[in-house]
Amino acid sequence: MSHHSHEEVHGVGYGILVLIWLGLVVLTGITVVVSGVHIPAIAVLVALLIAATKSTLVVNYFMHLKYESRIFKIILIMGIVTIAIFIGLTFFDVLFR
Amino acid sequence: MASHAIDVHDAQENYLEVKGRWSGIFAWIFSTDHKRIGILYLVSIAAFFITAATIGIFMRLEQLTMGPTLMSPDTYNRLFTLHGVIMIFLFIIPGIPAILGNFLLPIQIGAKDVAFPRLNLLSWWLFMIGAILALLTLFLPGGLPDTGWTFYAPYSVRTGSEVSLAVFAAFVLGFSSILTGLNFITTVHRMRAPGMSWFRLPLFVWALYATAWVQILATPMVGITLLLIIFERIFNIGIFNPAQGGDPILYQHLFWIYSHPAVYIMILPGFGVISEIIPTFSRRTIFGYKLIAFSSLSIAIFGSLVWAHHMFVSGQSDLANIIFSFLTFFVAIPTAIKVFNWVATLYKGSIRFEPPLLFVLSSIFLFSIGGFTGLMQATLPINVHIHDTYFVVGHFHYTMFGGTIWALIAGILYWFPKITGKMYNKKWIYWAWALMFIGFNTLYGAMMYMGWKGMPRRYYDHLPEFHTDHVIATVGSWFLYTGILILVGTLLYALYRGAKAEANPWGGTTLEWKTSSPPPLENFEKEPVVEHEPYYHEEAIR
Amino acid sequence: MKNIREIALEEHHDFVGAKMGMWLFLLTELILFTGMFLLYSMYRIRYAVDFHNAAMELDVVIGTINTLVLLTSSLTVALGIEALKRRNRKLAKWMVMLTVLFALTFLVNKYFEWSAKIHHGIFPGADELLSRSQGEIIYFNLYYAMTGLHGLHVLIGMGILLWVYFLIARKPSEKVVVASPNVAVLQGAKLVATKGEQEAWVFEEIGDDVSEVEVIVKKDPQKAGIDLPNIIKLENAGLYWHLVDIIWIFLFPLFYLIT
Repeated sequence: MSHHSHEEVHGVGYGILVLIWLGLVVLTGITVVVSGVHIPAIAVLVALLIAATKSTLVVNYFMHLKYESRIFKIILIMGIVTIAIFIGLTFFDVLFR
Repeated sequence: MASHAIDVHDAQENYLEVKGRWSGIFAWIFSTDHKRIGILYLVSIAAFFITAATIGIFMRLEQLTMGPTLMSPDTYNRLFTLHGVIMIFLFIIPGIPAILGNFLLPIQIGAKDVAFPRLNLLSWWLFMIGAILALLTLFLPGGLPDTGWTFYAPYSVRTGSEVSLAVFAAFVLGFSSILTGLNFITTVHRMRAPGMSWFRLPLFVWALYATAWVQILATPMVGITLLLIIFERIFNIGIFNPAQGGDPILYQHLFWIYSHPAVYIMILPGFGVISEIIPTFSRRTIFGYKLIAFSSLSIAIFGSLVWAHHMFVSGQSDLANIIFSFLTFFVAIPTAIKVFNWVATLYKGSIRFEPPLLFVLSSIFLFSIGGFTGLMQATLPINVHIHDTYFVVGHFHYTMFGGTIWALIAGILYWFPKITGKMYNKKWIYWAWALMFIGFNTLYGAMMYMGWKGMPRRYYDHLPEFHTDHVIATVGSWFLYTGILILVGTLLYALYRGAKAEANPWGGTTLEWKTSSPPPLENFEKEPVVEHEPYYHEEAIR
Repeated sequence: MKNIREIALEEHHDFVGAKMGMWLFLLTELILFTGMFLLYSMYRIRYAVDFHNAAMELDVVIGTINTLVLLTSSLTVALGIEALKRRNRKLAKWMVMLTVLFALTFLVNKYFEWSAKIHHGIFPGADELLSRSQGEIIYFNLYYAMTGLHGLHVLIGMGILLWVYFLIARKPSEKVVVASPNVAVLQGAKLVATKGEQEAWVFEEIGDDVSEVEVIVKKDPQKAGIDLPNIIKLENAGLYWHLVDIIWIFLFPLFYLIT
């Protein structure tokens, strides 16, 4: 597969980047406030979901993944699946001792 | 002010003759040419192998008599630890990818080099630094580690031997492995020659690709595990220490999450070598190309799901035991698929019997014995009896040594003419093989037998009922070691006095056989254009 | 067919390949931290109450500030990359330097946090810590190990960003290329110059009487330092930095907000 040395370097745009940052700040605020509300059962789940949302924003826009070719998305998904397997299978030990 | 000379090499020059910026030893250790780096690995890895094999000989000598023979129990512990550490981290894991992969991957895909040549050199330097750090433990007050290569907590945290340094060395070696994997994945994605689509890749490349993914995804887990041992030893961060609320079983989880996939890092490239050699010496295309390619990926995936089968008697939950036992049975399936496809390729092929094929067939045979005993160990009730016995030791030597290393030898014999431009004495190789085969099965067969009877592993001494088996095993080790020395000697002799080899002595069809032996610096005179699948034999017998 | 500059400077840039290599490396860093997140998960199940109690001893305000600091630093480095791609060298330099300063702020905050804890006898191996319940000891062991390793990565990221800063800020230099070519390579090649988008003047056709060719490459001071190789490096440095940010995005709630 041949490739050219002068490829299009696609940018995202200053405005979008600042907008995403605002979203991240808001989500941070939400997660701090929500942690004050005592619902222990789902507290971890909510915290992790918000963290995952923030990460998705960082990955897609700051790290440009949304605009990259498919292989990059596959690389990240391989990583996430691997992590899920490692932690998930270990639960079968620790949760059931 | 920089000055660059346009240095266009003489078209007839091969990579060994080219004169670059450096001369002498520096032309090698500062070279970013993937072929030279492959040879650097070959030389260093061979040295480490002979060292660790010699340690093995001494371990076997100790077991020649009951009670003390040559050494104290403490020394024995350190020796089997060093034997394991060198064999695993400095020999088998880097083994085929670092030596044969580095040399052949770019050539087999029609590229000039890997994606990141300087990173490739860094990989080798990290490998050597890791080796030096590990051997340095010999000269420090605590001495060689005595924990076994598995460094289980809590003993690895409490022992006075130089565990922190040894474990840090393993960390550095892991980094080397990761960088190689990263390099190979990028190379396969970005640097294939025109016409080299994914399903025209040689199966060796598929194997290296799958292996590279495991290197990337699994190795960091042992990285953090080793760092945590260092943290616990130095900073008293007692994460595995029950006195501080820690759980040693979690150490085992973290350790085996890497170390089980590691054995697939070892065997997958070996299977790749076999998949190259069989079509060449059958003079026909491989049977089931896509199945073999996908089975490499399957082994990589399934192999990452089974780690806790090393922990059946550790105290983990019954549910975990059942699940991991169940998952372990699945791993056999993709491997079986490969074996069936290889056999189908040989069937109705026009077989040329040569040393590489001999070692390939032996490798399949020996690995299968190891594989079947693996299935036995996956069975929970059997495992309870043979865990930590010589049965396990026999099993992993049949698979890692019989499988991976015999395939590595096959690969070296196959590609020796390409790499060096010389041919070796085949008769001497056959003699070496005979000694090795007899010695191997005597040594490890005896181990399986005494393990089944209950002889524990990592024990300095043994009971009278195992004595005969130990003597037989030790004698077997002498045959094996002698055979290996003859093999190495034959190849060394060929380096200096061997007959000149042609570009394609075996009739191979993949790209490396279409360039000279040895290849030119940038691998091909002209960038190749690929027009058909890799094992296309024109006079194919269908 | 390469042009003389490409042959002479042996330039060959695979932007996508370099990025792929960095993404793969980031994957390994992610898995490195996974090991500790795994331990956190398992111990959290076992010591839920102890973890809750111990978390109360961390300062949520500093934690939140640090989170915002890292998030903003991610913004600045992304803006810097954008600026560099648009050939705005000045803005790019500013943004990268800001990122470095934010990183420093994070580390300073961490220093204060750790100092306070250490001062109160809460550090690995300390008597005060070891007198607590098992879950609390494990919590703080994990706290030091995880934020410590993360902090080390912040430091490394800072170093990488500083290095790229100096690459971008570097004064342009004249490059003289003296080629002693194998004539077969250059034979028939033409030295070409363009004016704007328009025509090409052919200076010289290189015949077999030519033994050496000297090429002088002068860089526009306004544009120097912002060529493709530097864009690649800054983008990869940025990717590394974003990962450091993401790890903290998870560390923050797991250690500070489980109260």
